[in-house]
Amino acid sequence: MNAHDQRHAARANAPTTTYLYDAYDKAFVKARVAEFREQVNRRLSGALSEDEFRPLRLMNGLYLQLHAYMLRVAIPYGTLTSRQMRRLAEIADKWDKGYGHFTTRQNLQYNWPKLIDTPDILEALADVEMHAIQTSGNCIRNVTADQFAGVAPDEFEDPRPTAEFLRQWSSLHPEFSFLPRKFKIAVSGAKEDRAAIKFHDIGLRVHANERGEAGYEVIVGGGLGRSPFIGKSVRAWLPRADLLAYLEAILRVYNRFGRRDNKFKARIKILVHETGLEQLTREIEAEFAAMDRVPFAFDLEEFERIKGFFSPPPYETLSPRSQAFEEGRRKETRFDAFASINVAEHKIPGYAIVTVSLKPIGGIPGDATADQMRVLAEAAERFGFGELRVSHAQNIVLPHVKQDDLFALWRLLDGAGLATANAGLISDTICCPGLDYCSLATARSIPIAQAISNRFSDLERQRLIGELGIKISGCINACGHHHIGAIGVLGLEKRGKESYQITLGGDPTLSAAIGELLGPGVAAENVPIVIESLIEIYLHERRDGERFLDAWRRLGKDRFKEALTREGEDGADI
Amino acid sequence: MALISEGRFVEDSWRRLADEESLPRGGNCIVSETRLVEAASELPPQAPLGVLLGNTADPAKLAPYLSRLALVAIAFPAHGDGRGFSLAWLLRRAGFKGELRASGRLIADQATHALRCGFDTIEIASDIASRQDEAQWLAAASAYGAFYQQGYASRETILEDRRKTRA
Amino acid sequence: MAKATHPQILLASDLRDGEVVFLGAQGWVRDPRAAAVARDATEAAALEARGKADIAANKVVDVYLAEVELDAAEGPIPLHFRERARLLGPSVRRDLGKQARAGRIGS
Repeated sequence: MNAHDQRHAARANAPTTTYLYDAYDKAFVKARVAEFREQVNRRLSGALSEDEFRPLRLMNGLYLQLHAYMLRVAIPYGTLTSRQMRRLAEIADKWDKGYGHFTTRQNLQYNWPKLIDTPDILEALADVEMHAIQTSGNCIRNVTADQFAGVAPDEFEDPRPTAEFLRQWSSLHPEFSFLPRKFKIAVSGAKEDRAAIKFHDIGLRVHANERGEAGYEVIVGGGLGRSPFIGKSVRAWLPRADLLAYLEAILRVYNRFGRRDNKFKARIKILVHETGLEQLTREIEAEFAAMDRVPFAFDLEEFERIKGFFSPPPYETLSPRSQAFEEGRRKETRFDAFASINVAEHKIPGYAIVTVSLKPIGGIPGDATADQMRVLAEAAERFGFGELRVSHAQNIVLPHVKQDDLFALWRLLDGAGLATANAGLISDTICCPGLDYCSLATARSIPIAQAISNRFSDLERQRLIGELGIKISGCINACGHHHIGAIGVLGLEKRGKESYQITLGGDPTLSAAIGELLGPGVAAENVPIVIESLIEIYLHERRDGERFLDAWRRLGKDRFKEALTREGEDGADI
Repeated sequence: MALISEGRFVEDSWRRLADEESLPRGGNCIVSETRLVEAASELPPQAPLGVLLGNTADPAKLAPYLSRLALVAIAFPAHGDGRGFSLAWLLRRAGFKGELRASGRLIADQATHALRCGFDTIEIASDIASRQDEAQWLAAASAYGAFYQQGYASRETILEDRRKTRA
Repeated sequence: MAKATHPQILLASDLRDGEVVFLGAQGWVRDPRAAAVARDATEAAALEARGKADIAANKVVDVYLAEVELDAAEGPIPLHFRERARLLGPSVRRDLGKQARAGRIGS
């Protein structure tokens, strides 16, 4: 068999580890494509004005940006198959400029599609069970989940069946498609929260009550943007059977009472803040109590049907230690580094979770060329049961790789510039597209990420510094999640120039924290210098191998402030 | 204004009553929310009565009048303002059985949202009617065979279809 | 309307393909060097009126005036860095956008 046929056979024989569309799902996306095609025609003819068309194109993920349109493709709960990844590569080649950008909400963005080509792009996506439905607009967006779902040792329950259930429930919802503003839901099912559930409009944490029954903690009103808020728990444990009715109640209260007078005060986090948590909880509970549970019951049979698709792949029974893996580490120092940094423990002995960094030194964070996407697809086919994940950190994850195969995988990735051993380290920045692409931006963000990456390019130094999340946003909308970076950078405009504010101490996990402003903004060229000073202070003060975030918590802002003062003396733009 | 029922432009048998106009004994008029109490008490019980609500109206305050009303119109000041959809759904839950009319700046692409939330008819501004002809309203209403959500009015739900296939 | 202190050009996005376009003497152009330049408030208002008419004609969206400096070689250079970026393309991908077109060197 030649390579192509081998791949085809591997795909055909691969068991399902993620949801597969049935005839109804397929009919739905097909109808959506046909509907959008008509909407584009009506826009071009003028039957629809731009004002009328805008929410419709946004609900199909199509934005108008600085240089071109931008299409945001949904990757539900960050999971995709190698076949889908190949199609994303084809679309990049055929209708875009040969690359795509993976986002902080586990989606993919194309930066150069044409409006007139978009119906064809959506059709090409529908063909592989993908879509761009509700990736923008004032509606319920992509339901995100933990990128290690199904394989993490600390997992109680795979969050993805819940996420898929909610994806279907939220698609073309008749009552909640014209909300005051966007609505984002995230689900986590493990001890550690890798989905930032406390920073979503609704965060759901699947866990067991005292009787061992699975249910949900419901957290409401988290968010970033202009006014960051940590979400508040409204129900410590909600039975699964009540989930749908409860979510409908929350959405109904939000749809009715969320502010519509000011775009920057329209999220549910503001409603919680202005109404007060107790009062708003009372309103939600009152609506929930009035709901007719029969039509809004969480259909457990349907849930089981969906859950069946998320079965574990046919793992082999392996020894927990792989000789091939250890030999490779001894032979090749660069592989050894990759193994230390980018490979995480799997719940099945002999397997591993691999993070493929899309943050090459000096590169554009989160971008992948069509060729790289094809290499990722091949990597998944050969070594990973055909499955890939997209993480909130804008990296790709191969969730099931045999330790025996790690060396061969690394070689394949290395050949395509995909083996940077920096997962979770200082150069693994999260960064929005910023003023290089985005019409909302006030400053460029990518060059800042590149400058930091180049400055700290030495891998040994990065490992010495250890775990450090730098998050960079090019405007106050915070798509780069700067509020929840251990170091956050926010690009603004000051007196006609780009100016960058630095925040410290953000934490996206269950020990949630919003970063504190270090001081006045600095010029672009000074950002890496300030960060250098912050690192120096940290390394000087570090105790017992604590992370940067821990040192910050122990020492406080005053100890780190001098990093900025030094720059003031050097003439930063204060 | 143009009135759409089942995807077609139809004649309106109702008349919007200006606040300064006196109530006609035969009814068949739509009064503003502020005149509802007056109209309900003054008009003979068999005279069909309608009311036009703002989209922030309180369903609880309307509850005592729902059996008296033959028509409730809900204003949609902008097509991006979806409050009317919740209000309609709540009025149906409260037991309203008469004609529910969405009134204002809806576009054809919102027809199914409206119908599934319990509206019977849609009344649109003239400028929208001139750009979005009957063909577009008909096409929009039949764009999808089945929907995912339970608990909303629609021909078919995907969940029911799945159950039938399994049975 | 206050008198503009700088010359202005009119920007928009092409409806069909989303590219940045400029109102020229006869219609929309893709090269800023061919953009019509308004030297006072009256000319600017006229440009804007023409541009808005083309919104209604479903040719372009998001029409607005931008103040520029005129360079002999480069043509109009917007005063604000955001509009300068729109005339060039992404600063981190010099191979993409208008800056990559033949004869145009990114600055």
